Amino acid sequence: MQRLKYLLQKEFIQIRRNTFIARAIVMIPIAQMLVLVPVVTFDIRHIDLCVVDQDLSPLSRQLVTKLQGATFFRINKATFSLREAENAMDAGKADVILNIPDHFERNLIKSGAASLQVLINGINGSMAQTSMAYLSGVIMDFNRKIVMEHIALKPVVPSPQINPRTRYWFNPELDYKIYMAPGILAVLVTAIGFLLSGLNLVREKEMGTSEQINVTPVKKHEFILGKMIPFMIIGIVDLAFGLVLARLVYAMPFEGSLPLLFGFVLIFLISVMGLGLFLSMFANTQQQYLFICFFFMMIFNLMSGIFTPADSMPVWAQHVNLFNPAAYFIRVIRMIILKGAGFTDIWRDIVRLSLLAVSTTVFASLKYQKTI
Amino acid sequence: MHRLLSFTKKEFLHIFRDFRTLIILFGIPVAQIMIFGYVITTDIRDAQIAVVDQSHDEITARLIDQFDASEFFNITRYLNSPDEIGHVLRSGHIKQVLVFEPDFGTGLIRNGTASVAIITDASEPNTGRLLASYSEALVARFNQGLSKTNAMKIIPMVRMIYNPTLENEYMFVPGLITLILILICALMTSITITREKEFGTMEVLLVSPLRPIQIIIGKVAPYLVLAFVDVLLILAISNLFFGLPVKGSVALLLFESILYIGLSLSLGILISTVSQTMQQAIFISLIGLMLPSILLSGFIFPLENTPLFYRIVSLFMPPRWFIIIIKNIMLKGTGLKFVWKETLVLIAMTIVFISISAKKFKIRLE
Repeated sequence: MQRLKYLLQKEFIQIRRNTFIARAIVMIPIAQMLVLVPVVTFDIRHIDLCVVDQDLSPLSRQLVTKLQGATFFRINKATFSLREAENAMDAGKADVILNIPDHFERNLIKSGAASLQVLINGINGSMAQTSMAYLSGVIMDFNRKIVMEHIALKPVVPSPQINPRTRYWFNPELDYKIYMAPGILAVLVTAIGFLLSGLNLVREKEMGTSEQINVTPVKKHEFILGKMIPFMIIGIVDLAFGLVLARLVYAMPFEGSLPLLFGFVLIFLISVMGLGLFLSMFANTQQQYLFICFFFMMIFNLMSGIFTPADSMPVWAQHVNLFNPAAYFIRVIRMIILKGAGFTDIWRDIVRLSLLAVSTTVFASLKYQKTI
Repeated sequence: MHRLLSFTKKEFLHIFRDFRTLIILFGIPVAQIMIFGYVITTDIRDAQIAVVDQSHDEITARLIDQFDASEFFNITRYLNSPDEIGHVLRSGHIKQVLVFEPDFGTGLIRNGTASVAIITDASEPNTGRLLASYSEALVARFNQGLSKTNAMKIIPMVRMIYNPTLENEYMFVPGLITLILILICALMTSITITREKEFGTMEVLLVSPLRPIQIIIGKVAPYLVLAFVDVLLILAISNLFFGLPVKGSVALLLFESILYIGLSLSLGILISTVSQTMQQAIFISLIGLMLPSILLSGFIFPLENTPLFYRIVSLFMPPRWFIIIIKNIMLKGTGLKFVWKETLVLIAMTIVFISISAKKFKIRLE
């Protein structure tokens, strides 16, 4: 116990002396919260719309006016030639083309149906889907309005109507920032646990100081613990710091229980640090470790569902994610912060992640040899 | 010339001997393309939803069937009371709950109106908004079916351009090429050059018969070749596995790639002239280059939606321009006529970077 205390003291002195690391630990959360969060957004502000009104009837004009008033659409261009509209899309000036064909109004009134042509730039699939949903919403609304007006002229019994009442839970303002802030914090904590702890161990190897430790009476588990505890503390302090920043800058809510979150983070940190220490055994220089670490972190983060909903991933990928600590963390941190999930909602994740944490740490200790 | 060749050969050997470097060179591109291709999807299909049907009549049953039949929704749970909604939405997989009030059916017949509550998990705003608008559209279509007057129906005929089936690859392959090239060219070259500085071997090289320009060329040439191999690799994988075509001219695409590789290499050289240690070089490359090229290039996050300030910053990011070029050539099939401006920007940036590094490069010992 005494030995561990001295080891920890040594680690903290080293971290404090390395100005680069010390500065990074303070500056990176600030930079991430202030710079990254507003950029990392799928928020759709406006969709560039190009209207080709070949009908020029009162009804088609009404529809165009309605689209002008819709918040999401910005009519960038109005033309009479579809060719010209397509060129605008090629040049990146239009996301959506609405083509109102000739005789639109006449067909609608005479034959009771008329079609509109909608062309959407599909390269960004999710944006295309959203554009489609918005546009059909506006058209549907317009349709209902003109039918009502039309019916009002004739005495007919009004047809029954179901009114959908939409409510957005957990994020009523649909604010992307409060969704991304916990995710970005999770990436930060992952980087601290995974990168710094392993890097520290490889550094000892590279400098030759691990041999010095090998000849001391320090036990294997004490050495591993001595490498884990400092970064565990840094990770938790950085997370707390980031949470406060997110609260101050973006008014991020905190629905769940703080002790639950920090307890979970502790398990998470143990699992990634165990993994980091394990992988560090395969590297002799810091550069080599960085390369290995970079590869794994990239896979972990991409698969974790930080940018894209993990629920829409294929089933096999969700199975792979059972072994991905970042996937648990990203999901749970958002559940606790935004939805106020309690122990009963996440106990399965806690059990699974704990198993992962125990096995990575055991592997790391087994692989670490106190020999030269 | 002979000296330069043997120096370049030595650099190649360095790269191929270390499996960890090979992981970065070839493991990352292949892993990324597979993950983006097979795992990451931004579109929503079969979202799990739950239903609270307190009315149990013929109309609610029909509407619920409509939801279940839709490609966007999959009804996986029936709840007995609205009290369960909180728990169901909090614990994860269910994204939306439909609530029918107890007198839904009778109200609809007697008063002509009834309401259904659509409660959506909006913690991820896009999914929430998309699900809500799909649901509203579905209810509106159902309403049209209920109305007796079948007159005046506007039918939007939607067609997706460039990417008819909304495949993910169309979005990520151009971004991936852009990212990998900057990673390999800028990060790796800046590391190898600063490594020589840090270990003091740069001085050895400088006193050797090799001229400084030859040292730089020898360091950079392997990465030019390897980066080009990576472009071919990514294009081949995306074509073979995901059927992604190159609609425009392949020659033009490869030419633009070489131009961009040159630009990234000159950036790498520039970074190595300003940093003293590998740690600094890595830090500058990752924070100064990698992050902006992911975030400010329009790769994952559409640029038009970022705040104005960042849109201005993005003008100075090489990836932003290359991604436009590559999307145009690969996906839209447009030629140089549409991308000459972006090409000129790349050339101008390369010239600026090379001249700054030429000025800063120290050939004297300190």
